[in-house]
Amino acid sequence: MPQDTLATTQDLFTNFYTFEGVVRALNGVNIVVRHGETYGLVGESGCGKSVTVRSMMRIVQAPGKIDSGSIFVFLNPEDRLKAIEIVHRSEAYMESIRGCDISMIFQEPAAALNPVLSIGEQVAESYRFHLNDRMLEETLKALEGKRGHGLQRALFRRELAAIHRRDARLQRIDNELYPLDGRDDPEARSRKAQLSRMRDRTGGTDALVQVARRFPFLRLYRRRLERTVHGHVVELLRSLGIPNPENVAERYPHELSGGMQQRIVIAIALACHPTLLIADEPTSNLDVTIQAQIVDLIKQLKKTAISSVLFITHDLGLVAETCDRVTVMYAGDVCETAAVKELFKRPLHPYTKGLLNSVPKVEQAEELAMIPGAVPNLIAPPTGCRFHPRCPSRMPICVTEKPAVVEHTADHWVACHLYPKAAGSERSDPERSGPHD
Amino acid sequence: MGTPVQTVTPPKVHPRLDEFLFTARRFIKNPLSVIGLSLILVFGVIALLAPVLEPPKYPDSFKMPHSGWKIEPSPPSAEHPLGTTQQQYDMLYGMIWGTRSAFKIGVLVVAANLLIGILLGAVAGYFGGAIDEIIMRVTDVFYAIPFLVMAMALVVAIGRGLKAVIIVLIILEWPSYTRVLRSDILVTRNKDFILASRASGASHLRVILTHILPNAMYSVLILASLNIGATILTAAALSFLGLGSDTGVADWGQIVSMGRNWIVGAPGNRFAYWYTVFVPGFVISLFVLGWNLLGDAVRDVFDPKVRRR
Amino acid sequence: MTENLIDIRQLKKYYPVTGGVMRRHLADVKAVDGVDLAIRKGECLGLVGESGCGKTTLGKTILRLHGATSGRIYFAQKPERIEEIETGLASGDTRVRSKARSQLRGIDLASARGRTLLAMRPRIQIVFQDPTNSLDPRMLVKDIVGEPLVAQKLVKAADLPARVQELLSIVGLTRDHLMRYPHEFSGGQRQRIAIARALATNPEFVLMDEPTSALDVSVQAQILNLLKRLQHEFHLTYLFVTHHLLVVKYISNRIAVMYLGKICELGPTPEIFDRPLHPYTRALLSAIPVPDPESKQQKIILSGDVPNPIDPPAGCRFHPRCSYAKEICRTAEPPLERVAGTERTVACHRWREI
Repeated sequence: MPQDTLATTQDLFTNFYTFEGVVRALNGVNIVVRHGETYGLVGESGCGKSVTVRSMMRIVQAPGKIDSGSIFVFLNPEDRLKAIEIVHRSEAYMESIRGCDISMIFQEPAAALNPVLSIGEQVAESYRFHLNDRMLEETLKALEGKRGHGLQRALFRRELAAIHRRDARLQRIDNELYPLDGRDDPEARSRKAQLSRMRDRTGGTDALVQVARRFPFLRLYRRRLERTVHGHVVELLRSLGIPNPENVAERYPHELSGGMQQRIVIAIALACHPTLLIADEPTSNLDVTIQAQIVDLIKQLKKTAISSVLFITHDLGLVAETCDRVTVMYAGDVCETAAVKELFKRPLHPYTKGLLNSVPKVEQAEELAMIPGAVPNLIAPPTGCRFHPRCPSRMPICVTEKPAVVEHTADHWVACHLYPKAAGSERSDPERSGPHD
Repeated sequence: MGTPVQTVTPPKVHPRLDEFLFTARRFIKNPLSVIGLSLILVFGVIALLAPVLEPPKYPDSFKMPHSGWKIEPSPPSAEHPLGTTQQQYDMLYGMIWGTRSAFKIGVLVVAANLLIGILLGAVAGYFGGAIDEIIMRVTDVFYAIPFLVMAMALVVAIGRGLKAVIIVLIILEWPSYTRVLRSDILVTRNKDFILASRASGASHLRVILTHILPNAMYSVLILASLNIGATILTAAALSFLGLGSDTGVADWGQIVSMGRNWIVGAPGNRFAYWYTVFVPGFVISLFVLGWNLLGDAVRDVFDPKVRRR
Repeated sequence: MTENLIDIRQLKKYYPVTGGVMRRHLADVKAVDGVDLAIRKGECLGLVGESGCGKTTLGKTILRLHGATSGRIYFAQKPERIEEIETGLASGDTRVRSKARSQLRGIDLASARGRTLLAMRPRIQIVFQDPTNSLDPRMLVKDIVGEPLVAQKLVKAADLPARVQELLSIVGLTRDHLMRYPHEFSGGQRQRIAIARALATNPEFVLMDEPTSALDVSVQAQILNLLKRLQHEFHLTYLFVTHHLLVVKYISNRIAVMYLGKICELGPTPEIFDRPLHPYTRALLSAIPVPDPESKQQKIILSGDVPNPIDPPAGCRFHPRCSYAKEICRTAEPPLERVAGTERTVACHRWREI
């Protein structure tokens, strides 16, 4: 495992159990996202790029299920090597990560925003859910030195204390839970399950505060807190280049254009300064000029606010412009992974070559090359290498055996029988070894 | 590059037959739909075999025979397996021949509603503009008419009987069919394949018949199948109120109406005449249940989201 | 002079916006606001622009899928005749004007109706963007492809199956595809069916409304090559509407750039890409993501959003977002003027300086 890995999947198999059959969406997917890089995930429809990131966030919709494989994230800022396995984590833990450490933005900004809530309310949701303790601390600090407001102060302090208690409890549970991650014996498993249940049940609220929040006139005391949050919201919108942020915060999503909506979605995703931003085709529905704006914005944010970006797209031009490393996927298989310059200059996998040749370029002298055939049906996918029916370099072994991922040149990985694991020059496959190497 | 892109096996059966079989299979898989269908089939068989099961005594087969003139109903016995209602009308006869009336009402009303609804709804939805406005306002007027007032007025005008009930029900139900079809058409008419058809030179009539209706029919068909049960209940209610058939005609609502005075019996024995109300009521419920189950099954089978087509 | 297959003069398409209690006419969405465009016989003219620019509306108006608000669309007419009518229409004398208007019957698509329009329909066809929606899901493929022939009674019933099969083989499908429903096919195959349907009546002009935008990249190449081949084989004229600039570069001879209902630049493809004159064209071209990590292209990032066609800016429509805007750009609308010595036209006050 490379030193600076942020998130990785190993041999991920995700299947959808539908009415017509089992859709084998992911066929053993391995990807490695490192700190501080923009990682591109490229492929056509049905290749599994969206399913991969949704599996990573554990938001695969029923009837989909992660059947096997593991997903590790390295989110601890102090201990970069502390791997957290998240396939079997509780939903409560995932909720604490989503939006906070790993955020995701989607293709249709209009669909990602709630049409009946104002922009300010939606961005504030991130703050209120994840950063409630910081907001409370700030509110209390603002109240310092002011006379009166005794009741407000008391209620806020109680709420903050409850959150601190919960965090301490969670920390104790986690301290026991993480070392058990690597072990798989029955005793460890039962203890892990027990701890997960304890973790789920740990609440973070105070009874008196709960009552006060619902009491008709009493709950006006929260206005001060909401003002604090609102201040943060406006600052965030301003930092994203949205003109007139106070005005925009009062508006509703349908009053904004597509580009603005996508900025709002990015704002919601960035509210808690996530370490990883996953962008699932964020600009496919936008005009070219707006797309340039959004891509520019993401590039700037990567310098200041986020550590890494996982960029999913089908547009190879976008990949060339924005990404450092890229993985090409086809029908649930990972075909090739390499640095972007290397991939475009020396593509190894026949699918990558075909893809690069079938995209019209600015200097397009001859006819566009085509890849014959169509994307296969994943209910009955081709055996062996899933690309073999359309591959110009097909060999008999391709029909029967799935090719293993091999590091053909330095940090350039490919899964194709044209590049077998040669004995002697065989390198170990760090992407496939466990986290404790 | 005239080479075929992807060879595909030719279908073994005609695609329309294939789709029909697919629908039938989905239908059979649902136990409730099988129950509903069986109920209706049983009633259908009874209706067909009515002359065989209970030969008519009068030239008008719908007049129920009555043995004697005693007003008080007689309980079920060997001679009258389901008992008799007021004035000794035989209820078994009434139930069996009432099936025919029920089917007549249900099918005629719904068929007429479908016809009117499709005609007006298609014209309103497809052409839009002034025609749409006019038809919709007429629909609104009909919605506003109070049901019972209209029924009574019609009975006064036409006279009592099944005919009046059928006409009343047609007049009152067609607005909902029109609206449902119109909303489906509003969605369908903006689809690209309609534009493509117009670009190919198809006339409006052709577009409506071959493209719009086959794609927009589902909601209306589901409404129709769910409505038959409700229609029959309403018809029974009208007959109960005395606005339907004459006394002594084999019509379930009419039979319930005759039992009106006997719902509560003598102080000592409150449920003495339970059969006068229970028997026709139960039969009506069974019939309506069958249609409702069938309607649910039709909706499940035809719902585009569930069909996965 | 090569004849223009389609000559569009001053075409306008406005959508009225009503509101208020009495459904008053409040404003107009000026989707197409005075377009002059000539499409030559046998060429592929690319029409590019972003959302809201009116390119789809322009295409659909040419096809008469909805009526035009005003303007003329001449179909296969001699240039002299067109000029004669146009001067007649522009004259101050009412009698001359009405005489010119009466001459439009039978040759102007915009004002044709009824039987005249029906007679013109076989010659102009359309391929839509989304093949899932453009094929009737309840019809078999053979009926879909044969519909134009049946609707206009162009072919005898006995000859229909053979013709349908011929059309399918032209686009690369087999007779096994005849008796199936569209949903059983992939996106690329469905688009082929749509193309076969468009070719059924032997049209002269085919409008391509973003035919590859809904398809995967690898399938896109197949369809583009097919369209190119068909154009040469059947001497078709294409109007290729798209927002994907690299696709339009690959397939078109000339490109027209639209912004907010008007054409801002027009010219041969290589010249437009080598030396774009209009600032909007420049920004558009620079915004294209280039699939080459080595290229160090400077991007022109436009400020602001695409404006609303209900209320276009005064003067040059692009001036709020243009970095070269001067006083004249805010007040006077630039006419489409020809660049001397070339076949290009551009609508910008300052194109000579920038």
